[in-house]
Amino acid sequence: MTPPPPSPALELAARVRSGEESAAAVVERHLRAVDELDGELHAFVTVLHDEARRRAAEIDADAAAGRDPGPLAGVPVALKDNLCTRGVRTTCASRILEGWRPPYDATVVARLRAAGAVVVGKTNLDEFAMGSSTENSAFGPTRNPHDPGRVPGGSSGGSAAAVAAGMAPLALGSDTGGSIRQPAALCGVVGMKPTYGTVSRYGLVAFASSLDQIGPFATSVADATALFEVIGGHDPLDSTCLERPAPRLLASLDEGVDGLSVGVVDELVEGTDPAVAARVAEAAEALARAGATVERCAVPEVRHGLPAYYLLAPAEASSNLARYDGVRYGLRVEAATVEAMNGATRAAGFGPEVKRRIMLGTYALSAGYYDAYYGQAQKTRTLIIEAFARAYERFDVLLGATTPTTAFAIGAKVDDPWAMYLSDVCTVPSNLAGHPAVTVPFGDDGAGLPVGVQVLAPALGEGVLLRSAAVVEAAAPARTPPRVRAV
Amino acid sequence: MSGDAPRLTRQDAAYVARLARIDLTEDELELYAAQLASVLAHAAELGALDTEGVEPTAHPLPLCNVLRADEERPCLDRHEVLAQAPAVEDHRFRVPRILGEAP
Amino acid sequence: MSPAADRATGGAPPGWEAVIGLEVHCELKTRTKLFCGCRNAFGDEPNTNVCPVCLGLPGSLPVLNATAVEYAMRIGLALHCEVRRSRFHRKNYFYPDMPKDYQISQYDAPINVEGWLALPDGTRVGIVRAHIEEDTGKTTHVGGGGRIHDAEHALVDYNRAGVPLVEIVSAPDIASATQARLYASELRGILVATDASDGRMEEGSMRVDANVSVRPAGTAALGTRCEIKNLNSLRSLGRAIDFEIGRQVALLEAGDTVLQQTRHWDEDAGETVGLRSKEEAFDYRYFPEPDLVPLDPDPAWQAAVAGALGPVPADRRARIAALVGQSAGERAEQIATVVELGLDALVLGAVEAGAEAGLALVRTANEAAADAERARRLDPARYAALLALETGKTLSPKQAKTVLGDMLEDDATAPEELARRRGFEALAADSLAATVAQVVAEHPGEWERYCAGEDKVAGFFTGEVMRATAGRANGKAVAEELRRLRG
Repeated sequence: MTPPPPSPALELAARVRSGEESAAAVVERHLRAVDELDGELHAFVTVLHDEARRRAAEIDADAAAGRDPGPLAGVPVALKDNLCTRGVRTTCASRILEGWRPPYDATVVARLRAAGAVVVGKTNLDEFAMGSSTENSAFGPTRNPHDPGRVPGGSSGGSAAAVAAGMAPLALGSDTGGSIRQPAALCGVVGMKPTYGTVSRYGLVAFASSLDQIGPFATSVADATALFEVIGGHDPLDSTCLERPAPRLLASLDEGVDGLSVGVVDELVEGTDPAVAARVAEAAEALARAGATVERCAVPEVRHGLPAYYLLAPAEASSNLARYDGVRYGLRVEAATVEAMNGATRAAGFGPEVKRRIMLGTYALSAGYYDAYYGQAQKTRTLIIEAFARAYERFDVLLGATTPTTAFAIGAKVDDPWAMYLSDVCTVPSNLAGHPAVTVPFGDDGAGLPVGVQVLAPALGEGVLLRSAAVVEAAAPARTPPRVRAV
Repeated sequence: MSGDAPRLTRQDAAYVARLARIDLTEDELELYAAQLASVLAHAAELGALDTEGVEPTAHPLPLCNVLRADEERPCLDRHEVLAQAPAVEDHRFRVPRILGEAP
Repeated sequence: MSPAADRATGGAPPGWEAVIGLEVHCELKTRTKLFCGCRNAFGDEPNTNVCPVCLGLPGSLPVLNATAVEYAMRIGLALHCEVRRSRFHRKNYFYPDMPKDYQISQYDAPINVEGWLALPDGTRVGIVRAHIEEDTGKTTHVGGGGRIHDAEHALVDYNRAGVPLVEIVSAPDIASATQARLYASELRGILVATDASDGRMEEGSMRVDANVSVRPAGTAALGTRCEIKNLNSLRSLGRAIDFEIGRQVALLEAGDTVLQQTRHWDEDAGETVGLRSKEEAFDYRYFPEPDLVPLDPDPAWQAAVAGALGPVPADRRARIAALVGQSAGERAEQIATVVELGLDALVLGAVEAGAEAGLALVRTANEAAADAERARRLDPARYAALLALETGKTLSPKQAKTVLGDMLEDDATAPEELARRRGFEALAADSLAATVAQVVAEHPGEWERYCAGEDKVAGFFTGEVMRATAGRANGKAVAEELRRLRG
């Protein structure tokens, strides 16, 4: 009889609902951790001390009055600062939105609040979610709790670090090319990108609309699953959101993998650090021991994911970021004409990586180049989807590394864009296909830096995805805890 | 298109920067021209793929006909909207002189 | 006024022909905007009908209005278009009235294609496409007398941003300013008939731009065309096209070339003016809108929309034409007037109640039209009764017109009573015969001359009969009776 998957956040909520522990005490504890640790880690852009305490008091009042405060009652949650929070500044780590307060909540934020979660703050990110290290933030980088001289990954580095350091048991991020999974792997936590369309994007500041998905960070697969269930489901405010309601996954999480077939994807292991490759092999063995059939498989089209992604994502971004023109909100650099004002505002407001991607995307869409770049990338996307479809005829889930390396030093890759982009090589294929994928921390590299192992599934395959992830999690070797963490 | 590195001149970069309405310095134009060319060189490998007869994927989902009823929903309070505007006059957003015509 | 005839007779100066296409943007009369639930209303206080979606706030997403789709189909079907599976594209450009700095429109897959519109004389103008797109906000230029080029700054109101539009693009089948006006007028009638749009040029719910080029008469190659904007009335449309044709011909006759450009119609100066900012064709970098999914109205929906369509003006004119058995010349103008003023129902109703079709048409077009609003409320049966009095020669045409005037003022009283009040007593046929016989008997000399062939003498007898009957006799009836007596 396997023990149930660990779910510290859910247990916390249960204690709050039963009155065993007050939400106020839980929230206070975590706010103290933030105050103590964030000076060094800089995971947060904004900390919501007063709002969190107020909300905690409401939760406690509800619980005392016999009103069910919700499945995440009193659980502190950190939100990536590209999720709109009404009345609370949402910067996207950019000067161009410095000080902007959205007049509305993102749908996922409203659902979190309704579930009783307590938002403790907005976390740091690469500017407009463009990056793999959180070094592109206009407000300075976030540091990896395992080694503060290293990056936490990106773009959702702040959320990953917050959870890894124990500042919040749960966090939300967004994943366009790996921006949840990659930092989760580098920080040693669970991070999941759901099937495209299962979580509403209304209120997520858009980077690349056909690739962006909001997803959970947690310290366990069960907690991540619970958070996904709370935020997922149809939203009439998002035309790209599926009709079906969020699936009930928690209950079947411990069903195991007996009889499932697992494919270890060559292209998601080749070229990775030896330690990373070794951890993937060990995770594969764990699945086999648990009753799955495990084989190697080749999905060569996966290799084309990175170039296709770095045409499609910047193209959509170049259009999504056009609205930051100094007219209606945010930064404005005054000038004599509106054209000059636009140009000066965007020059002053955007950082170099954002400018680079806007330029790249504009070029890829421009007349004469559309077919060769954007058009060809969209066709490559189709090839990748078809390749995955063929793989899923043989396998229920796929396995591979989440990132090719462990956390690199701050400043190590900032000078060569393509070197930084290579961090995403294992993650972008799932975004291009719209498929779900999750990273599970699985040991470390022998030098104390965490390694993440990635499980992939076909569209709407969250059930089999998370069950497999739970098995991998249960078999994970012990690893060094983060150097910087809450006690 | 084979795998040739595309030539991206400073002039190309300047044109793109104009389209994207970002003022770039001379140094930035040089830098971005080079960086873009490097990224595009990697992206150019896609040109070698056989995509004959392959349909482009615009949406990963097979959704179609998502519609809403023609019913009013509450809109924003004007005060809230204008409060964060960089410049307001007469309950409208104020901008400097517009040089160009709307297309 | 077929294109060929027009080209021969005056669409352009001798030796030249004009090639004209019109692009018409129509605001749809939906309750709410195209992609959000803000009110679609004209004239409200600035920036009071805005929300995150139509303001393009970060994180907002569009959701398509079903009624806007229905109205777009009505327009397309009324223009004999084929309704197709369509999708949305982004048209990217910067302008302060564009909240997202891209417009959501349709590009290579519009909803309606390949239709036509019939001008009153039967000429068909092709409709290339009629697609759906969102409107922009409204910019007011301040300072410099309101002229764009001299303004000091500008103010933007986003109430109109996101209002649904259908853009109707004609084939370049129009050959003159006159035809262009007829096209626009006919199109307006169709828009009003579908109840999808108001079609008011002066209010801006119907905006017409003209593409004009010229070529030597009888040649096939197209000349360089200019787009003319700022046409706020049918009259401006006609004047502007005439001016532009003249301008282009003058240039070419002088050996110059026509520059492809957008030109602005200056109503006061009576000329088109080239816009100084125009250089190369702008690169809009169209790409499929990732926030919206394709639109594919099913056959049942299309059939329902088609089935509910009322007749367009051409259909209504055809119906009257069928009644009177001809539609050329003067009849055509009468028919057009009757339909334009909404009096065709009156004509049809009168004929159904027994009135003679030709007379019903003439009296309605010439007399009832003078007070169209009252005429539309006339009871067709009572109207038919009046017409019968004239047909039966009980009333002379002059008397009938007078009674009609009375009837428009007082639609409750029967025409016979109104006639009696006027002293127009019914002059019975036998009473007329008796009067004629008596007058003939009193003037034997004139009678002899008449019988000998002097037809002019009939006039003398008619005058005598009129005196004898105090003007109540019907001149034609008298002449007939005289001829009958003569044998």
